Amino acid sequence: MTQQIKFTLNGTAVVSERHPGVKLLDVLREDFADTGVKCGCREGECGACSVLLDGLVANSCMVALGAVAGRNVLTIEGFAKVLPQRYAALQKAFAAVSAVQCGFCIPGMVLSAESLLNKHPHPTAAQIRDGLSGNLCRCTGYNAIVEAVEIAAKEGNGIW
Amino acid sequence: MADLARHVVKRDHGDKISGKAKYVCDLTMPGLLTGKLLRSVKAKALLKEIKLPVLPEGYYIVDYRDVPGENYVSMVDNHDTHIFAQDRVEFIGEPILMVVGPEAKVIDDILAAITVVYQEETPIFNVKETDTIFYQFEDNKGDVAKAFSQADKVFTEEYHTGYQEQAYLETQGILAYYEGAKLVIRGSMQCPYYLVGAVTIAMGLKDNSQLKVLFDYTGGAFGGKEDYPSVLACQTAVATKKVGRPVRVVLARREDIISTSKRHPAYLTYKTALRAGKITGMDIDILYDSGAYRTLSLVVLQRGIIGAIGVYRIDNLHVRGRSGKTNTVPNGAFRGFGGPQVFFAMEMHMSHLAKELGRDPLDFKKEYMVKQGDVTSTNGIYHCPVVLPQMLEKLDNMSDYQKKYAAYKKPQSGRYRKGIGLSLVYHGCGFTGNGERDLIKAVMKLIKYEDDRVEIMAVNTDMGQGLKTTFIKLVTTILGIPQEQVIFANPDTSRVPDSGPTVASRSMMNVGKLLERACLKLKANWQKGVYQEFEERYQHPAYLIPWNLDTFSGDAYPTYSWATNAVEVQVDTLTGATQVLGAWGVYDIGYPIDEKICKGQMEGGFLQAIGYGGMEQMTAEKGVIRNASLSDYIIPTAKDVPHMEVAFVNNPYEFGPFGAKGAGELPAVGGASAYVEALENALGTRFYKTAVSMEDILLAEEVNAK
Repeated sequence: MTQQIKFTLNGTAVVSERHPGVKLLDVLREDFADTGVKCGCREGECGACSVLLDGLVANSCMVALGAVAGRNVLTIEGFAKVLPQRYAALQKAFAAVSAVQCGFCIPGMVLSAESLLNKHPHPTAAQIRDGLSGNLCRCTGYNAIVEAVEIAAKEGNGIW
Repeated sequence: MADLARHVVKRDHGDKISGKAKYVCDLTMPGLLTGKLLRSVKAKALLKEIKLPVLPEGYYIVDYRDVPGENYVSMVDNHDTHIFAQDRVEFIGEPILMVVGPEAKVIDDILAAITVVYQEETPIFNVKETDTIFYQFEDNKGDVAKAFSQADKVFTEEYHTGYQEQAYLETQGILAYYEGAKLVIRGSMQCPYYLVGAVTIAMGLKDNSQLKVLFDYTGGAFGGKEDYPSVLACQTAVATKKVGRPVRVVLARREDIISTSKRHPAYLTYKTALRAGKITGMDIDILYDSGAYRTLSLVVLQRGIIGAIGVYRIDNLHVRGRSGKTNTVPNGAFRGFGGPQVFFAMEMHMSHLAKELGRDPLDFKKEYMVKQGDVTSTNGIYHCPVVLPQMLEKLDNMSDYQKKYAAYKKPQSGRYRKGIGLSLVYHGCGFTGNGERDLIKAVMKLIKYEDDRVEIMAVNTDMGQGLKTTFIKLVTTILGIPQEQVIFANPDTSRVPDSGPTVASRSMMNVGKLLERACLKLKANWQKGVYQEFEERYQHPAYLIPWNLDTFSGDAYPTYSWATNAVEVQVDTLTGATQVLGAWGVYDIGYPIDEKICKGQMEGGFLQAIGYGGMEQMTAEKGVIRNASLSDYIIPTAKDVPHMEVAFVNNPYEFGPFGAKGAGELPAVGGASAYVEALENALGTRFYKTAVSMEDILLAEEVNAK
């Protein structure tokens, strides 16, 4: 008998018939073509595959499909659609300081920023660095990314 | 000029931040198959027999017998890397064959069911015990024998520098397929024409007209995607030819770490002749561990020898540089390309010399710093202005180095100790020696279409460093047209000429110069509504003293970019853990084309270099990389260097566009020695290696306590 896992992906109710033990990362990339969810290590270290699970950031390579039954999953593709104001504030701030280099860590980084701004709408630099510390970036040295989140928090005053 | 420094939104920003940018792992196409490699688990062995399971339908084995052309991967000067191992393996991780098919899990099962019968031979893991020297050069300047015979003191030290892994966030990946008769290779890479060269030979093509290489968005490279994509391209090309369907190989992280090139580990012996407290000569011996195959060692080693005396003037000099074979993963390009090893050793050695002589390290270094007009390590000339004194002043203002150094030098007690270190380095811009003129021979084109849109036709790639944006900026600045009117697509070798590889901090300085010249011609001849085309070719600056590889003399580089770094630390002597309190860098890259982009380059490179000093520990034990994951190989997070400041000095270079010089590699050169000098300052001890681990710190403290 095929098991059905029902969850909400980017605001839409979806069903997956994959094995509940499959990595959420693979389901999102292969079955839903959300390729903004990047695979950098498949072992929970790099954060490139970050998604939001009920608003909290998680490495989708460390989440089994079965664990998202009944929950809300948000990927970078959905973030722009479901929370357009917040996405706009973040993308504009990242653009303003040229915080995107190779780009591979960036979708995950943006979702981590969303998660931390939810918790701290006016974060200190230390809170930002703490909130982004699960997302590796090899290009930027992080300064520009931290600055971008500071700008987003300031410019987007009130949306978090 | 003001236009060039001004911030613009990067050309690829929207694609990348929205998740829409397609990297090779994101592409889909009908009939696409996955390939995975079977790799050697022995460091040195003959392949006696390979026992294959019965393959399910639709699955294939691809090995050396399927290679239509030559079974080697053509690199700069050599062809000892095999596409697939034929009768022997030389390192753990060497590719033997590929399993191709639709389902990754089935491929894994097939790989697990294959038995390889090895006949083991005795491997060599320590490069000091090598029986094969791949390359050797000697550099002589002045009269070093006389300097040593007249010395009143000789000071000798040996240094060791370890591996460094590029750790680009996107692992290596290539996709190959046929479009009619034309073979298409695409994916993650720095140098599309290197793939053209290698695949042409591998596939036995008579020329490259039936082949095109496309650059896809590339998730970081740092030198790691200079040579290796050629290996993967040859393997994938052979596979698609055999199975008649598109084949993609994307390496898993562990596989990427064990089988792709890293920074060469090195042993460096510095012997200095002193007379009356002055350096009179140096005799330096450098040994780089190439790993099992030559790949890029020829040029990596040259850069190491040239940079062996750092930014200092040493009149009597002998450097012997060798690169030796070991049965370990081949090493290759990594930002700095042979430079970080020697600059680390020379900076530490200069500081240690100062301490031996009871001098302040910075004062001592200042006494030997080169000036414009001085003779280089290879009897060339520093033709262009050297502004190190100005940079040091700026660095001191930013970091308060001198005051802190003096304070921390006093004996410290208690669990936490503070220290600050400083380094002075350069990076030679562009290819070494005559490379630009004789090997690369860059060609680029600028096209203006009937609708007056302008297209940049160059093969240089943007792997994050911002070249797409900065090249376009040159065009809009010179022609006075809006950004939207300029096209600079991801390179396709069937459309664009060979403007050379995206390496050696050469793209902006050398190819950008060609672009500048083409723009000026177009501007002078602009005809509205008419198709126009301008081609530019590399011109070797006439002022250079000819480079001679046999005598290892002449101008190794047309000019140099310079950096000075300071790093301040707090060491926990109970645990050995180090906290970086501050990191400051001042850079001379001529003129920064887009200050924010250049700043991002400096900050990112500086952080990698601090990693090379401490946390980026990688060791191989009997040929097995012990840190084959991002859990075991630790790269800095956002929390590791919370306070970093970088700044530029303008020192325009006549032969770079708007004065720009090389930028990308420079920040990777000097961070490690500044970090390790800071540890020494904190603990009052000396270190002879990088990276320095927590255990090294605890050990040094134990020795101190005795």
